[in-house]
Amino acid sequence: MNRFAVSEHPLDAAVLENLVCDDKCGGLVTFSGIVRARSDDGRDVSGLAYEAHVELAIAEFEQIAREAGERFGECAIAIHHRIGDLVVGETAVVVVVAAAHRAATFDACRFAIDALKERAPIWKREAFVDGTTEWRENRCTDEAPG
Amino acid sequence: MTVRVVAFARLRELLGFSQCEFDLPDGARVDDAWDVLVAGVPAIADLRASTRIACNGGVTEGARALRDGDELALLPPVGGG
Repeated sequence: MNRFAVSEHPLDAAVLENLVCDDKCGGLVTFSGIVRARSDDGRDVSGLAYEAHVELAIAEFEQIAREAGERFGECAIAIHHRIGDLVVGETAVVVVVAAAHRAATFDACRFAIDALKERAPIWKREAFVDGTTEWRENRCTDEAPG
Repeated sequence: MTVRVVAFARLRELLGFSQCEFDLPDGARVDDAWDVLVAGVPAIADLRASTRIACNGGVTEGARALRDGDELALLPPVGGG
């Protein structure tokens, strides 16, 4: 199993945690992005369809992990993103960070998911309960609510 | 020369293909390839400013000269996570 992947198969955070955690690991943070039932503009969502430029997306994950190491010190990162059709409640992305101490794990995990949403060549189309669909672009990190 | 274009998301839908090969004159640049696409589907014209274009796996500039066999990927604003 690679640390960086784009997959049509359901994601398993425990698998990623095992990839990054070794005897140097004193802290581990896992972020899972879940398909929720309500869109940002209040519409009822039935599911999301994700697509990606897989090669470029994985290269971007690797770059994000390198940058996280430069910013926050030595840490081990795994990022998997799902593509295909997902229903409400399914996991779309998992970011796992392991490091010696907790501060770096929280900081690097937040940095990695924000950078992924800003840069990774992945797209989602929301499908609504009323039968309509819409491509949804991420807002810039600086504008996104906390 | 022949260039392969791969398209994603909204651009894929507007262009009507996920990948397609185009014949371009020698000396053509990335922007020339985009102009060929716009000539076929004028509805994409306004999307150039928000579209990143990758050539052979790396994001590139419109002025880049193309070579036979290059692959251009059209990357609309992203929505991952």
